[in-house]
Amino acid sequence: MATYSTSEFKGGLKIMLDADPCAIIENEFVKPGKGQAFNRVKIRNLKTGRVIERTFKSGDSVEGADVVDREMSYMYSDGDYWHFMESDTFEQYQANATIVGDSAKWLKEQAICVLTLWNGEPLAVTPPKFVDLVITETDPGLKGDTSGGGGKPATLETGAVVRVPLFVQIDELIRVDTRTGEYISRVKES
Amino acid sequence: MTVAWQPTCEIAQLQQRARLLSDIRTFFAQRGVLEVETPLLCHTTGTDPQLDFFATDYRFLPQPQPLFLQTSPEFAMKRLLAAGSGSIYQICKAFRNGESGRFHNPEFTLLEWYRLGFELPELMAEVGELISTLLAPRLPLKKITYHSYSALFAQITGLNPLVFSALDYQTYTQNQGLAEAGQLCGEDHALWLDFIFSHQIQPQLGVDAVCLVYDYPAFLPSLARVKATNPQVVERFEVFVAGLELGNGFFELADVAEQERRFEAEIKERQIKGLPVVKKDTYFLAALEQGLPDCSGVALGLDRLLMLLTESNSITDVLAFPVAIA
Repeated sequence: MATYSTSEFKGGLKIMLDADPCAIIENEFVKPGKGQAFNRVKIRNLKTGRVIERTFKSGDSVEGADVVDREMSYMYSDGDYWHFMESDTFEQYQANATIVGDSAKWLKEQAICVLTLWNGEPLAVTPPKFVDLVITETDPGLKGDTSGGGGKPATLETGAVVRVPLFVQIDELIRVDTRTGEYISRVKES
Repeated sequence: MTVAWQPTCEIAQLQQRARLLSDIRTFFAQRGVLEVETPLLCHTTGTDPQLDFFATDYRFLPQPQPLFLQTSPEFAMKRLLAAGSGSIYQICKAFRNGESGRFHNPEFTLLEWYRLGFELPELMAEVGELISTLLAPRLPLKKITYHSYSALFAQITGLNPLVFSALDYQTYTQNQGLAEAGQLCGEDHALWLDFIFSHQIQPQLGVDAVCLVYDYPAFLPSLARVKATNPQVVERFEVFVAGLELGNGFFELADVAEQERRFEAEIKERQIKGLPVVKKDTYFLAALEQGLPDCSGVALGLDRLLMLLTESNSITDVLAFPVAIA
């Protein structure tokens, strides 16, 4: 893998730090008028998601991390592993519960996800920004209530629970923003 | 294809800059300081291993020769002083390779001036006055504060900057959540001070004030004189506002032998570190030989001053065309 000098640091660059793959979020060049320059860097550990700050001496090099994002379609889960396939190569990948994490509750078969691979192995799964899912369980709302004020919990076909307006009913298809877990709208099936 | 050709700063910023330049010229005209110009492209440049320069070739046939874009106009201005110019100032571009960030652009605007017969405290007072005058419209700075480097260092960190203790320094940085400092700085005293100062001290300097820090440790000398009354420190100061370093000043070293020794030490350090080669400036040394009158000098970064004046978050907000789109 390539090494990167601090002068190449920028948001999004993937580097190895303390043996973990990390992504640079923010890079600040700190230099006294006379004296050694530093790069003060905000970094996300891609394994743990934790954000830390770390200083490098300007001009030093760090090892790059072989981390790539690939679009894949989610196929199925066998209980232990979630299986994905890259549509143009038909290459298949499996990810365990730790890797899939919270994304699991948004995954419906055929959904196009982003798999982050580190050295060719899945590191993280990012669901589509918006998913359309069927409501399997929710309290019946009062007829004629279209205000949406208050709302009620609804369980979706993948098991996720989101707050929906009172007028939304069982078996309806709704659109959810997976980044916030918020209900967006009802979806008319075509 | 669309090309982002437009300036990164607002047009109002251009007006602010023009006003700033005009205010500076008025300030010096009132004090009888002469505006000068010196070359940006010279046969040599500063030897400081911490400064990287741009080099180019002058096709002066039959023998092409290297020329360097100046990291500072210091040597040429001192030649003018040695030639009897009297107090002088210059507003010019300076170039530092590899310096780019929120507060850095590799090409930037510098105000540098030298005051004949001024001791350092007089120049520090003038710097304080100029900065508060220039920033007054936007950022009324209530006071000008003066701190010795050692006292400030001890006050904020509890450490003694003049007595090296890797263990004490490491314990301190560890407690401040900067565990990487130990490995980064090792046994390098100057590096430790740069690290601790820039991470822990500088961000706290110049809150509603022009903050001047003086009496820098003698192993961070650059072109300053060693203080006659205390050889542990040099006659150097830096100035900060709102955590931002604006400039660096010296009671100028005039001893040609000492200057030559510092040049040679820096050239050797460049060699050891495998940095680009630069020769010592023989014109400058010859001028010192002739005699540099006692003077103090300082350089201020005008782009940063503009950032403060316009409450800008990044140097690209005050430059029309930063390096990325220059």
